[in-house]
Amino acid sequence: MPILYYLVFPGFVFVSVVGLLTAWFDRKLTARVQWRKGPPILQNFYDVIKLLTKEVVIPESANPTIFLLAPAIALSASVLVATMLGIYNMNYNASFVGDLIVLWYLLTIPSIMIILGASASGNPLASVGAEREINQLFAYEFPMIIALCVVIFRVGSISIGKILEYQAANGPILYSVSGVLAFIVVLFALQAKLGLVPFDIPEAETELGAGIFMEYSGAALGAFKLTKAILLYISPVFLITLFWGGIKVHGLGLLWAFLKYILIIVIMTLLRNTNPRLRIDQSIKYFWGWMTLISIIAFILMRVGY
Amino acid sequence: MSLKIGSLKRSIWVYHLACSPCNNCDIEILDVLTPRFDVERFGIVLVGSPRHADALLVTGMVNRQIKPRLQEAYRQTPKPCVVFAIGSCAVSGNFFRRSYNMAGPVDRVIKEIDPNAIVVYVPGCPPKPEAIISSVVKAIKFLDNLKKKKVKV
Repeated sequence: MPILYYLVFPGFVFVSVVGLLTAWFDRKLTARVQWRKGPPILQNFYDVIKLLTKEVVIPESANPTIFLLAPAIALSASVLVATMLGIYNMNYNASFVGDLIVLWYLLTIPSIMIILGASASGNPLASVGAEREINQLFAYEFPMIIALCVVIFRVGSISIGKILEYQAANGPILYSVSGVLAFIVVLFALQAKLGLVPFDIPEAETELGAGIFMEYSGAALGAFKLTKAILLYISPVFLITLFWGGIKVHGLGLLWAFLKYILIIVIMTLLRNTNPRLRIDQSIKYFWGWMTLISIIAFILMRVGY
Repeated sequence: MSLKIGSLKRSIWVYHLACSPCNNCDIEILDVLTPRFDVERFGIVLVGSPRHADALLVTGMVNRQIKPRLQEAYRQTPKPCVVFAIGSCAVSGNFFRRSYNMAGPVDRVIKEIDPNAIVVYVPGCPPKPEAIISSVVKAIKFLDNLKKKKVKV
């Protein structure tokens, strides 16, 4: 059965469909903000199918093994994260001790694979993008770890099942001052992980061409696009699970979960539409300055009891 | 096969290649991509690398310097792909056709390396945004015919 979980529900098929629909919602909302009509609902499916059926060009300067393995590993890691989150929300007892840390490491694998793939492509612009991605990874991981410590120390456990049980008993962690501050920090960190606009410095299409994805074509690029779509699904689910009481899969709980999901996507999309791209040094200052400060304040407030 | 062309015609990603133009046609291409015409409705997106592209928007008479670059960009584009020759210079050479550094209109340069390339001609000096959109519609109709005839792209 675990393989079926991984491949169908709540794994690959389910998260691909939901992720691509979410990506469409993001594009449609962007279009409405810019006073346009926007793409049709199946647009992202057409994009991915087209990419999967196109020719894959491997550059002469590339290391073909790493170049082609990177998107596959990124995709499988992101599907694994989505599957784990889905199963824990359906059954709290499926969780094991320390799975939050496992999840956390799995969430960095797509970024690391993007860095490896971009470096293996042998393109100078892609390597500049990879360098920026490394800087960005170090920048947002630090405040994100402190913000997650707020949850971990409050609950007293590093198992997601325990965190969900605690929230079911005592109300969501978000409904407190420290919870709100930690939520904001993790939201910005996930925005940077997804490479959405204020932090799309590695991709930066107006200055680096397509940056990290420059040399990718066809199915390999399609796998990366699918990874990004799945990460777009993971980030609101991750936030809801850790801060907002989790997804209850029966009765009205499903409707509330859907509304929370849409609200977080709307916030992320509006952030991306109302902000210009930062420079890499500004991004690092932002994360190591303001975001770290906010997360430390949240941690102190949590210890004091707010 | 039909899935391939069916999804291709609904999501054409374009790469802008300026091959010694006077920049008028480039400005018209940028106009097509503005919210006023909103080509994202049809899945058309401007991308930053020829590796992501399904269509090359080529403007300008192609001179001797840019000719090998244009051919290289076409070779690096994953197939199937469509070439749009935008503007009179790209279609026929316009009044540069007897110039000393003219290396041929776009279709001749492209067909030198790939005789089966799909080239769409958009005449005009410069062509209006409406003309460019209508040429895209023609290209989509051409792809539809390929689908009906089951031609291998």
